[in-house]
Amino acid sequence: MANELELQVKQLEAQLKELQENQPKDQLSIIVFSGDLDKVLAAFIIATGARAMDSEVKMFFTFWGTSILRAKNKSGNGKDFMSNMLGWMLPKGSTQAKLSKLNMGGMGTEMLKSVMKKKNVSSLESLIEVAGELGVEIAICQMSMDLMGFKKEEMIDYPNLSYVGVGTYLSDAQESKIQLFI
Amino acid sequence: MTVEELKGLKSDKVVDARGTACPGPLLAAKKAIGDIQPGQIMEVLSADEGTKSDIPKWSKKQNYEYLGSIDEDGMYRLFLKK
Repeated sequence: MANELELQVKQLEAQLKELQENQPKDQLSIIVFSGDLDKVLAAFIIATGARAMDSEVKMFFTFWGTSILRAKNKSGNGKDFMSNMLGWMLPKGSTQAKLSKLNMGGMGTEMLKSVMKKKNVSSLESLIEVAGELGVEIAICQMSMDLMGFKKEEMIDYPNLSYVGVGTYLSDAQESKIQLFI
Repeated sequence: MTVEELKGLKSDKVVDARGTACPGPLLAAKKAIGDIQPGQIMEVLSADEGTKSDIPKWSKKQNYEYLGSIDEDGMYRLFLKK
């Protein structure tokens, strides 16, 4: 009888340990799919806010979001014709990002930027810098890089930057209490 | 705490975040909290109404004691104990 109880306790302990290990962490995973100024702004406000709350933050940039992380003053070498064309058509970094609504040929975007300044809302550039200081991790989808023809040497200098595949995102997301797709 | 009690508090640290919008006040509070010891009182000044909801939630998550807020002309004074 005593042995049986002991065995049951051991089994319960093992189950509890397994449950604890599979518990999501105090972590936020954000997929940044959009390259629109307003949407990426929201992503970085949430990311930096989460760091203030001491949550771990992992941002996964894919598709149009990737172009936000291009450096304005850098360029990639050895691109083929299509990559050059795409590179030319897509925004070269955060300063060239446009609003998803009311862009009106760029006029709306400029208006919003001036209103943001007036109302002390941080620019996207400064939010990215703050995110870096606060330890927000950024992972860029390597497949998107290849698809858009972006080279690593043309991306921004960011303290926590890596190039990954979907598996990395999924494993991070599985461990995160909060997951967002923007 | 009542407004009168809050007014009588002596803050060990005052964080002026009136020049920033969301998430500025939260980031400023997070940065400043490291400068005070447990038991000490921090006061956050913000012009952003959202901060009034954010700081109590932040305090709860970080296990600080939120004491209350005072609405003044165009700004909010939020008090918490580390």
